[in-house]
Amino acid sequence: MSDTSTVSQDSAAATHAAPGRIDFQTDPSRYRHWRVEHDGPVAQVFMDVDEKGGLFPGYELKLNSYDLGVDIELNDIVQRMRFEHPEVRAVVMRSGKERVFCAGANIRMLGGASHVHKVNFCKFTNETRNAYEAAAEESGQTWIAAVQGSCAGGGYELALACNHIVLTDDSTSSVSLPEIPLLAVLPGTGGLTRVTDKRRVRRDLADVFCTMEEGVKGRRARDWGLVDEVVPNSRFDEAVAERARAIADASSRAAPRKGIALTPLERQFNEDGSVGYSLVEVTLDRAARRATILLKGPEAAPPADMAALEAEGARFYLLRLARELDDAILHLRLNETELGLIVLRSQGDGAAVLAHEALLLQNAEHWLANEILHYWKRVMKRLDVTARSLVAVIEHGSCFAGPLAEILWAADRSYMMEDEFEGDNRPVAAIRLSPGNFGRYPMANGLTRLQTRFLGVPEAVEAAEEQLGTPLEAEAAREMGLITFAHDDIDWEDELRIFLEERASFSPDALTGMEANLRFAGPETMETRIFGRLTAWQNWIFQRPNAVGTEGSLQRYGTGRRGEFDMRRV
Amino acid sequence: MLDLINVSYDTQIPNNVGLSSDKRVLKALEKWHPGYINWWNDLIPDNFQKSLVYLRTAVSVDPKGWAKFDYVKMPEYRWGVLLAPAVEDRRIPCGEHAGEPAWQEVPGEYRAMLRRLIVIQGDTEPASVEQQRFLALSAPSLYDMRNLFQVNVEEGRHLWAMVYLLHKYFGADGREEADDLLRRSSGSEEAPRMLGAFNEETPDWLSFFMFTYFTDRDGKMQLEALAQSGFDPLSRTCRFMLTEEAHHMFVGETGVGRTIQRTCEAMNEAGIEDPHDVDAIRALGVIDLPTIQKKLNLHYTLSLDLFGQEVSTNAANAFNAGIKGRYMEHRLEDDHKLTDATYPVWDFVEGKLIRHEVPALTAINMRLRDDYTRDAAGGVGRWNKIIEKTGIRFEMKLPHESFNRKIGVFANKLFDPEGKLLTGAEYDAGINHWLPTKADGDFIQSLMKPVYEPGQFAGWIAPPKVGIDNKPGDFEYVKLYMA
Repeated sequence: MSDTSTVSQDSAAATHAAPGRIDFQTDPSRYRHWRVEHDGPVAQVFMDVDEKGGLFPGYELKLNSYDLGVDIELNDIVQRMRFEHPEVRAVVMRSGKERVFCAGANIRMLGGASHVHKVNFCKFTNETRNAYEAAAEESGQTWIAAVQGSCAGGGYELALACNHIVLTDDSTSSVSLPEIPLLAVLPGTGGLTRVTDKRRVRRDLADVFCTMEEGVKGRRARDWGLVDEVVPNSRFDEAVAERARAIADASSRAAPRKGIALTPLERQFNEDGSVGYSLVEVTLDRAARRATILLKGPEAAPPADMAALEAEGARFYLLRLARELDDAILHLRLNETELGLIVLRSQGDGAAVLAHEALLLQNAEHWLANEILHYWKRVMKRLDVTARSLVAVIEHGSCFAGPLAEILWAADRSYMMEDEFEGDNRPVAAIRLSPGNFGRYPMANGLTRLQTRFLGVPEAVEAAEEQLGTPLEAEAAREMGLITFAHDDIDWEDELRIFLEERASFSPDALTGMEANLRFAGPETMETRIFGRLTAWQNWIFQRPNAVGTEGSLQRYGTGRRGEFDMRRV
Repeated sequence: MLDLINVSYDTQIPNNVGLSSDKRVLKALEKWHPGYINWWNDLIPDNFQKSLVYLRTAVSVDPKGWAKFDYVKMPEYRWGVLLAPAVEDRRIPCGEHAGEPAWQEVPGEYRAMLRRLIVIQGDTEPASVEQQRFLALSAPSLYDMRNLFQVNVEEGRHLWAMVYLLHKYFGADGREEADDLLRRSSGSEEAPRMLGAFNEETPDWLSFFMFTYFTDRDGKMQLEALAQSGFDPLSRTCRFMLTEEAHHMFVGETGVGRTIQRTCEAMNEAGIEDPHDVDAIRALGVIDLPTIQKKLNLHYTLSLDLFGQEVSTNAANAFNAGIKGRYMEHRLEDDHKLTDATYPVWDFVEGKLIRHEVPALTAINMRLRDDYTRDAAGGVGRWNKIIEKTGIRFEMKLPHESFNRKIGVFANKLFDPEGKLLTGAEYDAGINHWLPTKADGDFIQSLMKPVYEPGQFAGWIAPPKVGIDNKPGDFEYVKLYMA
């Protein structure tokens, strides 16, 4: 977004070659772009992007610009901050480089990336921003942006997702969203939305701000509401430290002293594309453009109490399942872009799933229980915004109970086995509801999945709540509207096959658009506006020649020549 | 009728831009003026403020005679707004608008870019005055002190020139930026100057000469490029600034030359032939040639960094927009658009330095830097002539452009002054021979004793061949105020 990005002649227009599998798992020993310093309740997260550390060839990550690889590390930091460092109350995000906070997403990377990659990249960065933005409310962990130097585009969006922004008043440092004048795209990582919805910047001033390449500095940035405070440069560190300390002190939550280790996932990638985790199995049918995710129930009883839970740590069933499912979804999104259908299955003991969840719900004030519940919520949201057709298949022996039952209503539709099947001696398929389904895992629209599902029929939600814990077999589930279809032994195989084949034949674009519209009924929130309105417009612009054509702004960026625009308003 | 050649003194601010009939801008400048005077008064030590300095003041923009010399107290210097005469039917010289009539008003689509360029240029002008503020206290002669002040007031005037453009063409934003030019300050922790080199101290007179030779020459190249701007007021402003900038280069080149001259003379007087016999030479109270070479290495390489990245989007944008041209754009014979042209830039591939072709549009900085290097080499040749005439065997050299770089493709890699890539150990072993050490600095500092008698010079520097304004050798260039 600023000067100095190096043009490599041969790569300017070429689409980057696939770099092999993109891995979402990392740990601090492998970070190339960030470093974290801890001082009791205050942590400092330094962004210091390695120019040569891009995920793809063909661009250098100058001036703390970022690509997906940089964001994967940030996501890891956010996760570990919450699980491994619950003692932290205030997290200061700052730059490890002089004179630049962050120049935003790397433009050469965007210019060279496929549309698919751009969209998935933006989605993931949005999810990461949401995760640390919510950390204050959910975990009492407040992120603070300490801005020195230029803070442009995606850089300001990083700061916007923090809950407090401190800007130095050195008469040079500024915050800006220069996407429109410079690149002919939108500040698509929540920028436009947070400026108005979160920071409540007046819309006409926001209009000025978002069309102004050079941004706003000093007192005006504060007066317009773009930052929370402006401090003299000479006492910047001091002011940031004081602010962090004050925020940490103000946190009402009793902070535990010790977290748990997020140990490496047990995970194996196989030649045929399947991925095996301890509780999750991903299998592929490329010809049918379908991936199947199988979730397994708990192997053992839940720990006896919170001490035992902490001792189990990352091995605890629901946490392990959340991490594995999270990784599987991300893997499919970025690495298996042609598999348009995701079939979600489960096998295991539904009652045992409920028992595990019950332990968390009964101890929801305990920090680790709280974190796991919130994490499951985030994983479910990740599923909600995954642009694949999601089909839940509720077979005999399945364990769609409580937290896992959320998957049924995240899916676009569900199929359930009815009555006994010949030669199948697994327990008859049943769904179990838990108190968790009535508020612990809200969607981006602020409603539970059941409330969203029964938007016009609140009685249906109440009726469901009366069935807590009851195994609901197909007929009951269908009656209550919890599933789409139930089929018996005779119809099951054909119905399912025909549906899957038909679904795989539709236009992926039309399906993505339809699903994204149908999934988020009900009220708008800042989050739905980001994933809906902002993202949809951005993705439209990302397809338009004005941005991505050979004469468009993204392709021309860095060449010195301006984009040529089709001046017709659409 | 508006007199566009001679300077009008009918307002508080001398100018040839018709300020008296441009009430809006006049008001803005008059509002800015007290802040500027405060800045100046806080900056330069008081007794020099009250001294009478033999300065030239621009009275016209006529190339044949644009200045007059007289004694003046610096705070009373008539800083003015002077633009070179308009060229009739001037056209945009480069970029996608090449050939269209030059802009007389800011084109909306390039407002931000133009403003940034003007602010960056403007920021360097007061910065150098700040860097040099204490030098008069150790001036080697009144002649040199006068030159220092001349450079200072003209840098001050250049600030005025940029502030005028901001006030005249950039509305409220421009006024705010103009205020910030006085708010930032060299080396300040609170609000440092925008470019790194302008936050370094100028600790001694040899540094000052090197600075005016090398770093002001970067300024010259930037002004040359901006003089080619399709935004005509900027072009005219910079064209006139260049006439003043020439004196700054002169101060630098002759300052270094006189230092070299004196060293060689002293060596000959003492019968020392070996220029590397540093201790013996320093004992004579002059600066040994190897140390001067080290200072040269430092200032040249710091100045190269001011050109930015070899391959630059901003520079490409500015050229293509027609708001910043190349050096001598009007004399270049190509399409002035660079749509298909390439230019070789340095790169570092698999441990080797190579130059490879990139789209010329993106290599504007590299090209200007190459022009700079050629320009800078001239004076070095003349310094070598001085050495040669005295019979001493030593040659000053520009180091390879990879040496000691902080910006661009060579940044933070270890090269020697020949451009050879080194290991850390090799670099550590050589660095004291290539860049001034603290001990070198201390030695130079030990020579910096003021000489305030007319016609007298410190022992480490030779007198000039001719005086300013052809004044005799014992002319009292500064009538020092003695409290």
